[in-house]
Amino acid sequence: MSTVDIGISAAPVSGWAVLWRRYKRNRAAILGLILLALVLVMAATAGLIEPVDPLRRAGEPLIPPFTSWATPLGTDQLGRDILAGIFHGARTSLLIGIISTVFAISIGILVGSISGYFGGWVDDALMRITEAFQTIPNFVLLLALVAIMGSSLQNMIIAIGIVSWTAPARLVRAEFLSLRGREFVEAARNLGVSDKAIIFREILPNALPPVIVFASVIMAIAILLESALAFLGLGDPNYASWGNMIGMGRSVLRTDWYCAAIPGVAIIITVLAFSLIGEGLNEAVNPRQKKS
Amino acid sequence: MLNYLLRRLIQAVPVILIIMVGTFLLLKLAPGDTVDALVGDMGGADPQVIARLRAEYGLDQPVWVQLWIYMTKLVQFDFGWSFVHEQPVATVLMDRLGNTLLLMVSSLLFAVSIGCVLGAIAARKAYSLTDNVISTLGLIFYATPSFFLGLMMIVLFSVKLGWLPVGGIQTIPSFYKGWDHVKDVAVHLIMPTASLSLIYLALYMRLMRTSVLEVAELDYVRTARAKGAGEARLMVHHIGRNALLPVITLLGVQFSTILGGSVVIETVFTIPGLGQLAYQAVIQRDMNMLMGLVFLSSIVVIVVNFLIDLLYASLDSRIELS
Repeated sequence: MSTVDIGISAAPVSGWAVLWRRYKRNRAAILGLILLALVLVMAATAGLIEPVDPLRRAGEPLIPPFTSWATPLGTDQLGRDILAGIFHGARTSLLIGIISTVFAISIGILVGSISGYFGGWVDDALMRITEAFQTIPNFVLLLALVAIMGSSLQNMIIAIGIVSWTAPARLVRAEFLSLRGREFVEAARNLGVSDKAIIFREILPNALPPVIVFASVIMAIAILLESALAFLGLGDPNYASWGNMIGMGRSVLRTDWYCAAIPGVAIIITVLAFSLIGEGLNEAVNPRQKKS
Repeated sequence: MLNYLLRRLIQAVPVILIIMVGTFLLLKLAPGDTVDALVGDMGGADPQVIARLRAEYGLDQPVWVQLWIYMTKLVQFDFGWSFVHEQPVATVLMDRLGNTLLLMVSSLLFAVSIGCVLGAIAARKAYSLTDNVISTLGLIFYATPSFFLGLMMIVLFSVKLGWLPVGGIQTIPSFYKGWDHVKDVAVHLIMPTASLSLIYLALYMRLMRTSVLEVAELDYVRTARAKGAGEARLMVHHIGRNALLPVITLLGVQFSTILGGSVVIETVFTIPGLGQLAYQAVIQRDMNMLMGLVFLSSIVVIVVNFLIDLLYASLDSRIELS
């Protein structure tokens, strides 16, 4: 929204500072940030743990955890260092999570804003398409897309984005429906501002906060979807992935269950981090909604 | 009532049509068509035969004619031929549908009932130790991938303790009869149900907690309490019924996700259902099967959502069906 400078300014407390003050009151949300920092550090230092290739043979196969200095978390049945896999897996998970979330939200914003702004038959048509996407079980659609496009990292990101855009689209649409009748929009329309400018420069900035909060939920789901694909052996075989490590660990589950357990804990920590942050942000943005 | 049923059916039509066009487009995008698969299955054929086959399957027609043929077939639940199973896709799907529905129903019942009870307890004892424990567990369940949970349960209950079978839906097909058979299937379903439902259990629990806290503050609850209704009666009779409404709504929204989740769980526990079929179809590149699955599972989702709407209306007397 463009503002007119009227020479009066509020107390110099930025919106971000207020948001942070509310956010940090929630201990669980702080824990989420700490867990996320942990995952980020793992992703950043993955090159130090294993600079060459996390998928190379690092020692004897199936060394149990905490028994060797060279491979502190042990090795899998192919002799690959589990610690290196965890650190490089953090990179893959975050990469896929972030890019596919951005992709999903971009589609969601486009569909939701057009639908909510124009209404009428455009809205009807776009909402039927959204419903169709919501009706098809997302993992089944994901499998179909991966079967057709192949499972390179890039295609997986696209496929995860395609199955995740409906929720943000509905969210954006709802915001647009409630904002499009406001005075500032009427004013812009009377000034002859184009539809495109009203959508993207007037309404969208006001509709974004709930979408950004929701992004952490989409991120958590995207990471879970990737891990499930990789678990089934349908991920990109050239990248270390927690899901794939669990899938490999399945064949030695009876004797060496740590091969599957360690990457599983990594997934839990990452997804937990994003859900806690999402919840904290939600409470910080909508303090009145807080009932619990 | 009849009016409402009819209106709901008409609303579902455009969605089904879009899904039909969507599966058709995906089939077209996939490398190779039915005839390629057929010829590959026969071990090669000369170009004339291939051209004749294409004509026979209508693949030489313009795309929109093909789409029309495809849609008329889908309406009659004819999903084409599976070259992997050497059977019509629909036959294979119907064979497996029962197992998946069984897993769905047991998981949903488990998630909703336990989730709502735990959520209600947490709300009645809000901010106590009980509440904190329940809420923390909920957060952890929510972050745990179902397949990982399944594997860890196998390690604990099958490998270490030897209590439960590792996988499958029954010990040996039709080995047991009558109640023994039911018991056998139930034992096989314990771990798949638990691992598939825990995420949703966590969701319903959180929602129920918020919802109970909200409803408990309403005036009519205070009135009921003033009139001397006991806590138990208050919870079950006055609060519970209204607090359930948002949970039921979410149930409909979540159902398609649960159906998707069963793909992984059926693979982990080797349950011969639709999910395992979907996984095999991807590995074996059985596109007809995969698209049949997309369509059939969407129909299941639509039917379930329809039933949930009816349930919702019967719980909330403010909604009139006519």
